[in-house]
Amino acid sequence: MSRPEYLAPPEIFYNEEEARKYTQNSRIIDIQVQMCERAIELLVLPEDQPCYLLDLGCGSGLSGSVLEEQGHHWVGVDIAQAMLDVAVEREVEGDLLLGDMGHGCPFRAGCFDGAVSISALQWLCNADKASHKPIQRLYKFFSSLYACLTRSARAVLQFYPENSDQMELVTQQAMRAGFYGGVVVDYPNSTKAKSFS
Amino acid sequence: MKLLTHNMLTSKCLKGVSVGYPLGINATEVTTSVVDFDPEFISRLIPKLEWHALKQASDIIGEKGYLPEALIADYENNEEFLKKVHHALLEIEVVSGNLVCPETGRSFPINNGIPNMLLNEDEV
Repeated sequence: MSRPEYLAPPEIFYNEEEARKYTQNSRIIDIQVQMCERAIELLVLPEDQPCYLLDLGCGSGLSGSVLEEQGHHWVGVDIAQAMLDVAVEREVEGDLLLGDMGHGCPFRAGCFDGAVSISALQWLCNADKASHKPIQRLYKFFSSLYACLTRSARAVLQFYPENSDQMELVTQQAMRAGFYGGVVVDYPNSTKAKSFS
Repeated sequence: MKLLTHNMLTSKCLKGVSVGYPLGINATEVTTSVVDFDPEFISRLIPKLEWHALKQASDIIGEKGYLPEALIADYENNEEFLKKVHHALLEIEVVSGNLVCPETGRSFPINNGIPNMLLNEDEV
């Protein structure tokens, strides 16, 4: 299957039909849940403490449900209205915002105890409009994300880099914005599953 | 949109906006739900809140005067107070209406409980 981010921008690709298909596919659900559980593990949150988390590219709230199960409160941002509508139907507990991560995270400083993003960051590497400059959009995203996290917070962003250049592009912009840490490759034999934390 | 989210949300992603906080809030439909009360979470959240913005939003969207003008001392041990803050932050939801940037007047519609924070390319 070709990568969905080649086909159309996310807000177009995830129309009502795709959003529903995505959220009903048991294989996708399993993968999203596992990825999110792994992301939470990498967040190293204080034990048994309910935290306030940000879910970037929250989609229909599959990852949000995992955050809820672990007792956390969350806010999700996604660019695809159809996905968010499915999240509302699923009665997720988190609050939802329609927004473009490439325009920055619209929160004041020091709000969140951590951030997760499951399989969304690769979309930011594309230039879907003539005005899109991936480097600028990534930098805007990372710098605004850095600002809205508390001092001890981590961000765990799982994504599917297309190649090592893309990995490098993302890592560089994250570092430039003040993040440190690195890339965790959970499936070294797969070119698909890598996370940046 | 819960008032907790409103308390954190800004319009600073707009070009030329420096603070973009607090966002004005207009509601055409509001609902309340029941959310499990977690005193520890609320206590840990309170230092992060902009009290004045919460008080203002609660006066407009909820019941006027429901929250005090200022944060009370020793709130960690005051369950009644924590329950009030819990209700204001998590149980009142704006289903439709709009948010307004305090610096530019740009309006962000809220539909189906979801604020639309998308910007046009010439606004960033």
